[in-house]
Amino acid sequence: MATFFGEVVVAPSRAGVDDEESAEEAREETPEDREIRRELEKKREIDVLWTLKSGASTESSADEPFVCSKFIVAIGHNAAAFLSSFILDSVCWEVVGVAKLWNEWCRTSNTTNVLPTDSFCLFYRLISDPTVLLCQCSCYVAEDQQFQWLEKVFGCMRKEDLQVTILSTCPVADYKTQESTLTLPSPFLKALKTKEFKEEVCCPLLEQPNIVRDLPAA
Amino acid sequence: MFVPCDRGGGSASSDFKGFTLLMPAVSVGNVGQLATDLVISTLNMTKVGYFYTDCLVPMVGNNPYATAEENSMELSINAEVYSLPSKKLVVLQIRSPFIKNKYRPFCQTLLSWVKSSKCARVVLLSSSHAYQRDDEQLLGTPLRYLLTPDLEKAVGGLMQELNWKEMEKVAAYPRINDTEKVLHIPGGGITKLLFTESCSKGIQMAVLLKFCSEGDNIPDAFALVNYLNEWLQLVKSEVNTSSQWKIPSSWRLLFGNGLPPALF
Repeated sequence: MATFFGEVVVAPSRAGVDDEESAEEAREETPEDREIRRELEKKREIDVLWTLKSGASTESSADEPFVCSKFIVAIGHNAAAFLSSFILDSVCWEVVGVAKLWNEWCRTSNTTNVLPTDSFCLFYRLISDPTVLLCQCSCYVAEDQQFQWLEKVFGCMRKEDLQVTILSTCPVADYKTQESTLTLPSPFLKALKTKEFKEEVCCPLLEQPNIVRDLPAA
Repeated sequence: MFVPCDRGGGSASSDFKGFTLLMPAVSVGNVGQLATDLVISTLNMTKVGYFYTDCLVPMVGNNPYATAEENSMELSINAEVYSLPSKKLVVLQIRSPFIKNKYRPFCQTLLSWVKSSKCARVVLLSSSHAYQRDDEQLLGTPLRYLLTPDLEKAVGGLMQELNWKEMEKVAAYPRINDTEKVLHIPGGGITKLLFTESCSKGIQMAVLLKFCSEGDNIPDAFALVNYLNEWLQLVKSEVNTSSQWKIPSSWRLLFGNGLPPALF
């Protein structure tokens, strides 16, 4: 489809496969190519480190999946800031994990004492109910890393009776509606829910043809 | 890769033995995907599952084929499978582009799913850049087909009767050596890869494609789906060939929102 005014086309080619890319792949991969590709893949790997009760850090794969009843994920600077301002504090919540990643857009900070302007991905647990987890992910997780993030984070938790809430923001200009977005009272909330979610939703559902993409969609 | 929906039908709803798999290639103008939307919407097909894959950009939204409040709240993601057992038809709709370097693994997994689910044949809807046509291709119909050798034996004769045009091969080294011809589908996404892989794996595959450019591709989608209908006879052919297809509700606002009144 042609782009209309206001649409930001991210993909370089609608065909989904650049002709140069397919020509490149058609060449035989030399051992050097393979090595370079492996190094690049390693650089783009996501590390999720959980801090156990004892304070020692350990790789996520070594742990038993832990019990989680509620998992709230805030993706993007706005959603992360919302949690910092209204929910998180050092009395009720403790840091229990961090995800480290690198891509062309950002590198996550190494510390857990982060500034609001840093790129980070931290996991918190409610001290009074350790099955309630919260994630602030203000760093951009690239397309090729989203699935990995998903598998590594959710791979550590038991999924039975788990309720997941995802908080995210999108520009109003991306919202498709009959009227012009200039006249819309913004900001406004919209929701998407799975059919298993039986509780009341606090705002209207997202109407067609609007969609959500990237990490919140994953 | 394929995850069936939890429905009362159980495994019966994901038994595709002998079915025709219809699917789009993400290609120029998204024509294949638009045509697939028309098929799913018109035949009111039931979703039977989705592909859990890391090869496509994630996306989610509410039911794009909603017709009323009641059916508008089902979530829909980037690769979903719909079925219509009465016509032995199963449709895969792909809604987002491939993640870089992931299209090959996707093709391999897809073709092994085709084999394991015992689909009789695959029909791939696609498109190709109109500006790459040569002088001869500029004249006549912009629609083309391709058949793998296994399917050629079965339906090659029918294509002759329908007076369809086979996609021409082009010289591998134009003006240097005109005798060596290769298949070239610019803007066709994974079309060529899927086709050549199907040829070598003995899968019965047909490719139906239209030459087009980016723009308002709705007429291209109608042309492609009517072309498909000439062969598969999914709906009764009407004189007014666009009225037999139902446009899905998600096609609203394809060209942007309403204008701000302050503009005038």
